[in-house]
Amino acid sequence: MISCSQAVRQLWEYLDGTVGDVDRERLEQHLSRCRRCCAELEFAQEMRRFLAESAREEIPDDVMARFDATLEELHDR
Amino acid sequence: MERASDDRKDSFERLAREELPRLYAIARRLVGDYAEDAVQECLLRGFERFEQLDDRDAGPAWLTRILVNCCHDRGRRRARRPQEVEYTEVEEFSLYRKIALEDPFPYSDSLHLDFLAGFGSDDVREVLLRLPDLYRTPLVLVYMYGFAAKEVGGMLDAPLGTVLARLHRGRKLFEKEMWEYAEQVGLLASGGRP
Repeated sequence: MISCSQAVRQLWEYLDGTVGDVDRERLEQHLSRCRRCCAELEFAQEMRRFLAESAREEIPDDVMARFDATLEELHDR
Repeated sequence: MERASDDRKDSFERLAREELPRLYAIARRLVGDYAEDAVQECLLRGFERFEQLDDRDAGPAWLTRILVNCCHDRGRRRARRPQEVEYTEVEEFSLYRKIALEDPFPYSDSLHLDFLAGFGSDDVREVLLRLPDLYRTPLVLVYMYGFAAKEVGGMLDAPLGTVLARLHRGRKLFEKEMWEYAEQVGLLASGGRP
């Protein structure tokens, strides 16, 4: 049985699918008995969703105009 | 001959235009206000090296790799803070536990979600820019833009184990900086940002 701190240290790796079979099994055993670590796991999932949703960024018109000019200039070379 | 060259130019321009929104968004998160210059440099370098790209399907990752290098060159010039972070400083930090312990929104029944909801995109970018490049780059590429850790290893010329270790430390650092940022800009006051 692993401790809570050992379990928490591996939660993101678990969600990434990068923990080995033995570690995954131990972690899942721990999660099946520990509500607090399950809540940490849910929060890790929320954090991942939060990061993915924070990825969008509009290109301002003046910046896009500069990129357009660069691409046109490269095309005319 | 001229036709082949025009095809190549068309092909590069098509790839660049498709990728520009993502390249710009990544650059904003890696070098902040220098994003425009970094993308500009990426377009120039990409155009010059386009003949080296054999597999056109690999174009998005190839262009992203060039962008990451452009951003790193800028980061090296800025060199605002040391890159390495003491492991013990961050390893034990848990944002989940910190929020539960400090209980910033006593009347909330979804404390952790309310904490995250206080952060807009600009706030997230500000927090990311506080991290050393070494940790910020894999974090941004993997968790925000969906690249596999192995692909990121290829972009950074780093072994997979190194990328995974930086991701681990980067996540811890990000969580710690999120809390400190929230305290500093007042996201914890009076129920957080409306």
